[in-house]
Amino acid sequence: MTSMTHPEQGSESKHISIAEPSILDLQNVTISYSGKAAVRNVSFPIAEHKITSIIGPSGCGKSTLLRALNRMNDFVDDVSLEGTISYLGENLYGKDIDPVTLRRRIGMVFQKPNPFPKSIYRNVSWGPQINGYKQPLDDLVEHSLVQAALWNEVKDRLHESALSLSGGQQQRLCIARALAMSPDILLMDEPCSALDPISTSHIEDLLFELKSQYTIVIVTHNMQQAARASDYTAFLEMGMLIEFGATKQMFTVPRQKRTEEYVTGRFG
Amino acid sequence: MVPLTQKMTLPEQVTSWLMSDARTQTASEASAVGLSLKKGGIRWGEFAIQSSLGFCALISVITTIVIVFVLATESYSFFSDVSPIDFLFGTQWVPLFEPSSYGVLPLLWGTLVITFGAAAIAIPVGLASAIYISEYASARVRTIVKPVLELLAGIPTVVYGYFALTFVTPVLQNILPGLNVFNALSGAIVVGIMILPTIATLSDNALRAVPDTLRQGAYALGATSFEVTTQVVVPTGLSGVMASFLLAISRAIGETMAVTLAAGATPNLSFTLQESIQTITAYIVQVSLGDTPADGIAYKTIFAVAAVLFLLTLILNMLSQWVLNKYRAEYD
Amino acid sequence: MQKSRVSGTPYIDNLVARRRKARLFRTLCAGVTWLGVVLLGLLLYQAGVDGIKWLDWQFLSSFPSRFPEKSGIKSALFGTLWLIALIAIISIPISVATALYLQEFSSKGRISRLIELNISNLAGVPSIVYGIIGLAIFVRGFQLERSLISGALTMSLLISPVIIIASREAIKSVPVNIRHAAYALGATRWQTSWSHVLPAAFPGILTGVILALSRAIGETAPLIMIGALTYVAFLPAGPMDAFTALPIQIFNWVSRPQQEFHELAAAAIIVLLAVLLVMNAAAIYIRHKSEQKLK
Repeated sequence: MTSMTHPEQGSESKHISIAEPSILDLQNVTISYSGKAAVRNVSFPIAEHKITSIIGPSGCGKSTLLRALNRMNDFVDDVSLEGTISYLGENLYGKDIDPVTLRRRIGMVFQKPNPFPKSIYRNVSWGPQINGYKQPLDDLVEHSLVQAALWNEVKDRLHESALSLSGGQQQRLCIARALAMSPDILLMDEPCSALDPISTSHIEDLLFELKSQYTIVIVTHNMQQAARASDYTAFLEMGMLIEFGATKQMFTVPRQKRTEEYVTGRFG
Repeated sequence: MVPLTQKMTLPEQVTSWLMSDARTQTASEASAVGLSLKKGGIRWGEFAIQSSLGFCALISVITTIVIVFVLATESYSFFSDVSPIDFLFGTQWVPLFEPSSYGVLPLLWGTLVITFGAAAIAIPVGLASAIYISEYASARVRTIVKPVLELLAGIPTVVYGYFALTFVTPVLQNILPGLNVFNALSGAIVVGIMILPTIATLSDNALRAVPDTLRQGAYALGATSFEVTTQVVVPTGLSGVMASFLLAISRAIGETMAVTLAAGATPNLSFTLQESIQTITAYIVQVSLGDTPADGIAYKTIFAVAAVLFLLTLILNMLSQWVLNKYRAEYD
Repeated sequence: MQKSRVSGTPYIDNLVARRRKARLFRTLCAGVTWLGVVLLGLLLYQAGVDGIKWLDWQFLSSFPSRFPEKSGIKSALFGTLWLIALIAIISIPISVATALYLQEFSSKGRISRLIELNISNLAGVPSIVYGIIGLAIFVRGFQLERSLISGALTMSLLISPVIIIASREAIKSVPVNIRHAAYALGATRWQTSWSHVLPAAFPGILTGVILALSRAIGETAPLIMIGALTYVAFLPAGPMDAFTALPIQIFNWVSRPQQEFHELAAAAIIVLLAVLLVMNAAAIYIRHKSEQKLK
């Protein structure tokens, strides 16, 4: 085993502090699938109103980690989590935590666009509606679609099927759908991996726009995207956190050799 | 191990193949020995096999033609004796006694009563079971319940007829005193139980085909399992679910033995479920059990009512396929 | 619009009610499923209890009789065995050939789509309609009388669509690169189909065939239509002989008013279901085996 993947060095990043207040705090998080650890002893904070990207080679556990942040792993059999993830001081995995309420606050956009086979309008309005939203839905739908930079493209066809949209539009619709819940945190699991470069740049622009209002955690294996779009970066390899820090620092003066090799494209 | 440098001696056949004319080095050499990539004659063996396979495929078409032809000609000769108007709109079905009357409505009514009754039981229960198996049950439970349901779908209908007569009707008679031994209610219940596994397994397949990403998308918005199931999963798989309903209803319409045994043989236009009725299928059985002469009008009636039955089920099956194809188009 | 933080959201807190609804719904679905399974189990158990006391060697080795205690299913059992053998001989080659033709040989044009549509419609035609066709064509038209061969031909028409559909699925699921590998070696379509596609599809085809035959074993209506419901106190010696079959015998006994005959029917049902169970178990086993092989 090389020194770079030594667990001691992995947990070193725990001591790294960030300038902004943190909204999520991961402490010694270990996630296992039927006993096999996919994420090992990971700790880092997530800064409020910033974009944090999680990078690393495929299979490093980054998606698993992201899905732990709003307890989507609950739907996978045999997943167990040790350690704590605290959201404004409350442990997400505490006994009295209701995952439904939690997901209302911490929204998610998935790797592949997954609009419901309903109209564009219903896709956006559905979440608020079931959650007892009592104000005019039209305004909310419009606002969310505007925020997701999709409004101009769809305003005349709100009642058409969401499946009639292009892949990039569908993904922005999924973002609008998540935004309609006005979550505190938006989790994005490789949101551009199924999209063409133009749609990708649309969505990256969108991330900058959204930063002022939302905390965003994005998983990506696209280095440029991480470097362009995020404020903080966590680098995972084989389930362990190799390095965490401000993105600018990580991509210019990485502390770990392994990080340098990865961000410069020498492996992964 | 044979050292690589050692020259290997090849068997005779191999060397002769390697030396033969069939192996040529260049195109000109190939044409010189008469080899060409151009088509030769027809491969007769291949052609014969292909034709006989094609003939087998044709048999299914011939079957359909025969079914339609037999039903059409016999019905035609029936309608030369009985006016189609009397047949389609008559309210009396008395084919075997004088004065005879050939109004198909009582038989149609009997069929519809059984079918609707069965659907009223099987659709909600079948869908609920499908939802349970696909959305809630653990993998372990699923691997047990699914084959059990498939097994139940394979129980012969005559066995269901036995259940109707020996268990369902006596139990119902305890609850509803004065219930006829042969009654529509018991028939409907048993047919409902019979088509239930069909609905449950086919709807389960349809719900399982709904991509998991949609469920996750809905859960990520803070939906409960009830909302995810009823507002996302079922609407998405709806065409498959509907197709299973239609298929099951078509089965109920064509169902014979259970209704013959349970519901009796009294053509009846009444609105009560407690009396004996007769379905189209039960009538056909009744005629074939008696010794009807092949040229008599009673013999021809079964073709006329069978034609009605054939058309009803055909329409439902086509409808169910149409619904399913629509569904497929949505996902491709 | 200001984003929400913990409180002050535009949402009303409806979660308690929603969760209760979700729990209720889940319980309802589970309850209904188990109720159905238990109810059917109960029915089967009751039939078992009623029939088991009649089930002995005497029952298996006697011909039907007016006297319940002397009655048995010998002729019905033999009739069913004869029938299944004949149906298998007639329907399997034709159906598998049809499936192979449609999947591997025919051009995917309008005609093959028409044949497909036709087959799926045939699969939905009520069994009694097949019975009527069998009566008109085989019994009366071809003068085959009320014989085993009439019954077997009628039943073959009935189950062929089922075998064709199952076989096509099995053939379709054979990976395409197996075919390409064979074609790349200069094999013809038939050589490829016979040596590679059919062997690979064999477990799936076999499963379909077993399920279709088990359907044929239980079918009653078509046999009644071709006139198999007669008193038969001898064993058929050839395909042209008259016959009876298990479901027919069950129908006969159920439709009599006496309790004893109902119990005889229950005993015959046990035998019939046992045969079906064994066949289904074989099908499930084969499917399981081949799934494991693919992994």
